[in-house]
Amino acid sequence: MALRHFGTAAAVALTVGLGASPALAVTEIQWWHAMTGANNDVIVKLANDFNASQSDYKVIPTYKGNYADTMNAGIAAFRAGNAPHIMQVFEVGTATMMAATGAVKPVYKLMAEAGEKFDPKIYLPAITGYYSTSKGEMLSFPFNSSSTVMWVNLDELKKANVAIPKTWPETFEAAKKLHDNGHATCGFSNSWVTWVNLEQLSAWHNVPLSSKANGLDGFDTKLEFNGPLQVKHLEKLVELQKDKTYDYAGRTNTGEGRFTSGECPLYLTSSAFFGNVKAQAKFAFTAVPMPYYPDAKGAPQNSIIGGASLWVMGGKPAEEYKGVAKFLTFLSDTDRQVYIHKASGYLPITKAAYEKAKAEGFYKDQPYLETPLLELTNKEPTENSRGLRLGNMVQLRDVWAEEIEQALAGKKTAKQALDAAVERGNTMLRQFEKTAVK
Amino acid sequence: MQKQAIFQSKLLPYALVAPQLAIVLIFFYWPALQAVIQSFLQQDAFGLSTTFVWFENYVELFGDSAYFESILRTFFFSFAIAVSSLSFALLLAVMADKPLRGSMLYRTLLIWPYAVAPPVVGVLWIFMLHPSLGVIARYLRALGIDWNPLLDGDQAATLIILAAAWKQISYNFLFFLAGLQSIPRSVLEAAAIDGARPMRRFWTVTFPLLSPTIFFLLVVNIVYAFFDTFGIIDTMTRGGPGKSTETLVYKVYSDGLLGGNLGSSAAQSVVLMIMVIVLTGIQFRFVERKVTY
Repeated sequence: MALRHFGTAAAVALTVGLGASPALAVTEIQWWHAMTGANNDVIVKLANDFNASQSDYKVIPTYKGNYADTMNAGIAAFRAGNAPHIMQVFEVGTATMMAATGAVKPVYKLMAEAGEKFDPKIYLPAITGYYSTSKGEMLSFPFNSSSTVMWVNLDELKKANVAIPKTWPETFEAAKKLHDNGHATCGFSNSWVTWVNLEQLSAWHNVPLSSKANGLDGFDTKLEFNGPLQVKHLEKLVELQKDKTYDYAGRTNTGEGRFTSGECPLYLTSSAFFGNVKAQAKFAFTAVPMPYYPDAKGAPQNSIIGGASLWVMGGKPAEEYKGVAKFLTFLSDTDRQVYIHKASGYLPITKAAYEKAKAEGFYKDQPYLETPLLELTNKEPTENSRGLRLGNMVQLRDVWAEEIEQALAGKKTAKQALDAAVERGNTMLRQFEKTAVK
Repeated sequence: MQKQAIFQSKLLPYALVAPQLAIVLIFFYWPALQAVIQSFLQQDAFGLSTTFVWFENYVELFGDSAYFESILRTFFFSFAIAVSSLSFALLLAVMADKPLRGSMLYRTLLIWPYAVAPPVVGVLWIFMLHPSLGVIARYLRALGIDWNPLLDGDQAATLIILAAAWKQISYNFLFFLAGLQSIPRSVLEAAAIDGARPMRRFWTVTFPLLSPTIFFLLVVNIVYAFFDTFGIIDTMTRGGPGKSTETLVYKVYSDGLLGGNLGSSAAQSVVLMIMVIVLTGIQFRFVERKVTY
């Protein structure tokens, strides 16, 4: 009995499915991403909400491994002729994606062709600037943005009677005191060694990391981070590494547990570290802006972003692009941006969402969540602080880190290390320039 | 002794070998050919612009001193991993070969690590020896040893060699145990009656009779150290600090996938392939003949 009914139901479903006119067919949009844990839940919820909000398109999110894996999977899929529609690419992959004319569909073009309403002015320029041409044309859609902040273990600072440092000299002083008061293995440290000590340091002090506005104005950019400021900073780190007032914690974020365990009371890393700090830290904490050198002219300037953006891949039918455009509009909605901000700790990308979060008193009891936004919007960005666009940035960072490690291990002076990093990096940039599509 | 099988039909033997041949062609020769072709090209990551550059990738490669350092490093690593893993496995095998109570249990336990995937091995050792997470690292520091493989290249290299050798011990142990058990007892007994002590018996009787096994394992271990250590290096040190743990196979990955320089990466793969072909050639030509059976 039940079976017969099941058969009928199946038959009906089949006829409906097969007999549906193409206008009613659901167009699938593939979305590849690199988000895990709570952030993966956010992605799934966004896709589900969008799919429930209309019946023409269906966004299907797929986790593809970490950032580098996701990007490689996307590139491999493109070469095989079946790229996803939307791909989440971390900020250091921007130049590689940009250089791939034809492999990607710039967002501003996509919106215009799909006839979607799109006003680039509603977004926070500190965030979209990173992903736009010098003419302000948005190439990719910022999805999860963060910036570098200094995480502070308030309990340990109180114990050692140390005030929260604002400048680098104050930070070195504080770290020494902490080192002598129970933190012999680590006064302060940081993750993402090049992001914090070269990329952000340069932008924050308004000195160039590389020529041509850090590569934003052309692939013929030359590295320039072996200037007096960066050398002075690295020299200081080398000196403090000797007695572990500063203790190197690796190239990526594997050392972050040293902050949450209480070992390192001062720790510079991404603002997106918030979720883990909240879950694991058994002490009062806060996040403050990155320290600066007070004798540097105009410091602090503004910070640059980290995180990732959504790239739309090229070569898809117009009908599918319509769906992608609708989805990006859906993501730009103020309430949705506020939700992403609160659920993931990543920054809202529209001015309206930032204002709304502020008005709701979201930062009242969690002021540290506003810190990265205050850093990003501290001043109008300059040539040196709009963003970075260097080819092969993933490997570039490894090369720079290699040289910094040599300096910290005492095998080279800070100047020699940064000179070598610049020289080796430039060789790689020329290689990239050769293969970049003109 | 009759070595040749007699087939009635001419086609049957080919048909029987076909599946194996197909697998070898599709999964080995085809990708290898692709690598050779790719090594003569320069291409962006997306494959949008391709230029044929003859031997430019190879010229650049051999003009790069870092590449030679990487070659030397790889040889050093392979040698260190092979020797430490082989000698330790032999020691364990000789112990397990004795008539002990529960020897089956020991043997089973010693074989287990072989089932662990290289990246997992990396993670396991990280949990023991990572400067801030490691259990053992804490004791080392308490002893006053400045243990910091994040900055000290020699310590990082030691870490990789330890982890890689540890994983390979099981495999070597298995073969040594089988080899030891095939040594005729009568020869050893005769030596014992002649008054040779255990150490002398080992070096004069057991070791020479084991030599084919040792040579076979030596080649297998070197190939393992060349290629399969990639997962361990990637999870433990990512080639750092500096370049102190960047072996040839890691460099292929780093230049190709992280750097998007597919031409150079392919050229490096071809060089690696030639090295292994030579190594295997040596094994068949030279070692197989020189070893006393």
